Amino acid sequence: MHGSRVIPVLVLLAAIVPVAWFTDYHLFQLTMVVVYAIAILGLSLLTGFNGQISLGHGAFYAIGAYTTAILMTTWEVPYWATLPVSAMVCALVGFLLGLPALRLGGLYLALTTFALAVAIPQILKYKLFEDWTGGVQGLVIDKPDAPFGLPLSPDQWLYLFTLAVAVVLYVIAWNIVRGRIGRAMMAIRDHAMAAEAMGINLAMVKTRTFALSAMYTGLAGSLGAIAVQFVAPDSFGVFVSIYLFVGLVVGGVSSIGGTLIGAAFIEFVPNIADKVSKAAPGAVYGVILIAVMFLIPGGVGGLLHGLWRRVAKGR
Amino acid sequence: MLQGVIHQVMSGIATGGIYASVALALVMIYQATHHVNFAQGEMATFSTYIALTFINLGFPYWVAFAIAVVISFGIGLAIERTLMRPLANAPVLASVGVFVGLLLIINSLSGWFFDYTIKQFPSPFPDHPMLGGYLSGHELGSTAVTLIVLVLVYLFFRHTRLGLAMRAAAFNPTSARLVGVRVGWMLALGWGLAAAIGAVAGCMVAPVVFLDPNMMSGILLYAFAGALLGGIDNPLGAVLGGFAVGVIENLGGAYLVGTELKLTLALVIIVAVLTVRPTGLMGRKVYSRV
Repeated sequence: MHGSRVIPVLVLLAAIVPVAWFTDYHLFQLTMVVVYAIAILGLSLLTGFNGQISLGHGAFYAIGAYTTAILMTTWEVPYWATLPVSAMVCALVGFLLGLPALRLGGLYLALTTFALAVAIPQILKYKLFEDWTGGVQGLVIDKPDAPFGLPLSPDQWLYLFTLAVAVVLYVIAWNIVRGRIGRAMMAIRDHAMAAEAMGINLAMVKTRTFALSAMYTGLAGSLGAIAVQFVAPDSFGVFVSIYLFVGLVVGGVSSIGGTLIGAAFIEFVPNIADKVSKAAPGAVYGVILIAVMFLIPGGVGGLLHGLWRRVAKGR
Repeated sequence: MLQGVIHQVMSGIATGGIYASVALALVMIYQATHHVNFAQGEMATFSTYIALTFINLGFPYWVAFAIAVVISFGIGLAIERTLMRPLANAPVLASVGVFVGLLLIINSLSGWFFDYTIKQFPSPFPDHPMLGGYLSGHELGSTAVTLIVLVLVYLFFRHTRLGLAMRAAAFNPTSARLVGVRVGWMLALGWGLAAAIGAVAGCMVAPVVFLDPNMMSGILLYAFAGALLGGIDNPLGAVLGGFAVGVIENLGGAYLVGTELKLTLALVIIVAVLTVRPTGLMGRKVYSRV
């Protein structure tokens, strides 16, 4: 079997093992790693493969989370049925935001999405939507039990459920990136004008990539909301967007496997750094972000990929 | 009604002055290096903490203010020389990454050194209404300080040799180097000046919004909006844009959207400018050769 097929299978097997052994809390943490990985994968499709820099993906994460929370509390929709709705809502919002983004080159898009990230908590608190969003207090969600009488705790079930969704999303992303659309996305990233001259419809590819990316990150938000059982405006501040960006860069902007590394990084590093001081996580993120930019621009994923290729060649 | 409008416009101009200064700082760095400094707000917050530290040590207000401005100048200079220099020709993603890293680091340092509690910051200006009750003493004073800074910056760039050299370095680095301008140092000076202007803006806004490590994040957004509205490559435009955004924000907050959606208003201005007129009202169109 080819190496690039072996590794994902091994990772997946390694991901299922903890279900039997880990405590509920550690499973919750792993669930969040998977959630962040999906969110970062969405960002990677946009930034890494299409070259559109977003510092505001926390907004899509929040929209996905709120869509699920509102559907579950107001209309009592079962948690799994909220995912398709959330995907559609986020893809639509992403598409609409992608339209002005078409006119914005790299830096301006980063700036605009940054503004979106700063503004989103305020929009969530807005009193006109308070009946649905719960205003400043937010919404509380019940944790789903395992279905069909499976002998699993809610945390075990939720972890497996999240993992299953993630596998589907990763396979789709993998195929998109390796297919015709993926090549068009990367051509635009590398040289927009040349891509256009070769017959790629810039506007169409860019807006659809934006929608796809928003859908992924929004789905991550939905799964995250179910896992955390709570959404509130202040948990979706600008720092969510910045952390997703940090995870993306650390993992490697255009590395699909790297998104897992980036996700593990943003889930576990704050827990470790928090023990030093409250300010430490931000400082550690910042220092590592700058270090990665200077030393390994391809991120950890890019580094490992390079090593793997060298090993494969030497064989 | 009319009095209310006048009042809102006047205090809009007062806060607009703050946005104008931060927008000017952004434009100075953008003009020289084509980078947008996402950490500008956090740098200004850090400078404000420096000023507060010296005030608490017993220094008179204006001395502490001057010390903070000078130290900020040094910090800006140092950041350019160490972090930004190697990025001169790096792709946009790398520069955005480094600026975001800088934002995180400075924000954490503010919280670490000066802790996260919200602090009061003194105002050097009298505490009673002025101009027939339309403006508070602090609003009038901070507007005056902002205007003085803007005029000084203008005079510096128009009428000193150093200012001329800095403009040359930003406008055409290659030719400037050929006539003996030390381009690298000019860019570093620009960063220092931007940091110093940010320090002034931070000290002027802190008495109004109170001081905490995230004080400037909203203000940075308005400054972005102002800079884009006026044209991000035109200092005068950015300053006018900053004032305009202050007035729009105040009028919009009072009569249109309410105070709860003020930040969203900044977002709307940014998106509107970038889609309708990407060069801003006074910016130059940029043509690029293939």
